[in-house]
Amino acid sequence: MKKGKVQKLALLLMALLLPVLRAAAQAANEPEMADALRQSGKIYVVVAVIAVVLAGLLAFLITLDRKISRLEKEVRD
Amino acid sequence: MKNNWWKALAVVLLLYVAVAGLLLPVPRLAILNESIRNLYFHVPMWFGMTAVLSASVYYSVRYLRTPTPRLDILSHEAAKTGICMGFVGLATGSIWAKYTWGAWWTNDPKLNGAAIAMLIYGAYLVLRSSFQDEQQRARISAIYNIFAFAAAMPLFFILPRLTASLHPGAGGNPAFAKYDLDSNMRLVFYPAVIGWTLLGFWLAQLASRVAFLKQKVYDKQLA
Repeated sequence: MKKGKVQKLALLLMALLLPVLRAAAQAANEPEMADALRQSGKIYVVVAVIAVVLAGLLAFLITLDRKISRLEKEVRD
Repeated sequence: MKNNWWKALAVVLLLYVAVAGLLLPVPRLAILNESIRNLYFHVPMWFGMTAVLSASVYYSVRYLRTPTPRLDILSHEAAKTGICMGFVGLATGSIWAKYTWGAWWTNDPKLNGAAIAMLIYGAYLVLRSSFQDEQQRARISAIYNIFAFAAAMPLFFILPRLTASLHPGAGGNPAFAKYDLDSNMRLVFYPAVIGWTLLGFWLAQLASRVAFLKQKVYDKQLA
C-alpha cells in the first residue's frame, strides 16, 4: 500500500513538472527574437528616437513644400 | 490644403509604420528572426519605385502625344525619384541578404534582374544628359523611358519567377504567401506600401515644381 502511494505521488509530480520542462525545452528551440529588448522596455527608446527622426525629416519636407508654394506665387505675379 | 490630403496621409502612415513596425508582433521564424521587420521598409521601396516609374511612363506617353516642357519635366523627375527608390531598395536588400543569406550579393536571378533593370534606368539618365537640344532630349528620352520600363518590369517581376531563387517572390512563389499570411504583419505592411509610395510621389512632385520654377525664371530672364 505504501509503495502505491509513493508511486502515485511520483506520477503526480511528473504530470505537473513534465509539461513545464517540455515548454522550457520548446522555448529554447524556438527562433531567437529580441524578447529581452522588449521586456526591458528599451525598445520604446529606439522607437521614440526613430519616430522623432522621421517626424523631423517630414516636418522639413512640409516646410520645403510651403516654401516652394510661396515661390510659385511670387513667380506667378 | 484641399489637394494636399495625401501628403498628410503619407506623414501619418509613415509615422505609424515606424512605431508599429517595431512594436507589433511578427512570426517567430528561424534565420529571419527580427529582421523580418525589414519587410516594412525594403519591399515598399520597390512598390513605390514601380508606382512612380509607371507615372513617369504615363507622362512620357503624354509628352509624345502633346510635346510640352511641363510633361517632360514631370516624366524626368518621376523617373529620377523612382531610380533613387530602386537604388535604396537594392542597398537595403543587400544588407538584409548579408545577415540572412551570408553574402552582400548572390548571383540570384531576382537580384541580378533588379540590378540589370537599375542599369537600364541608369542609362536613361546618361542618355538624357547627352543632348544639347531640349526638344530632342525630351523626345528621345521619352521614347527610351518607355522602352526602359518595358524592359525593366519583366526583369523585376516576371523573369525571376521562372527559375529557382533564394529571394521570396521568385521561383514561382509570390512573396506574400510565406510571411505575409500573418495578419499582424498585414496591419503594418499595407500601410507601409501606401505610405512610402505616397512619399515617392511627394518627392517627385516637389522636384518637378522646383524644375518648373527654374524654367519660369529662365524664361523671364530671356524675355
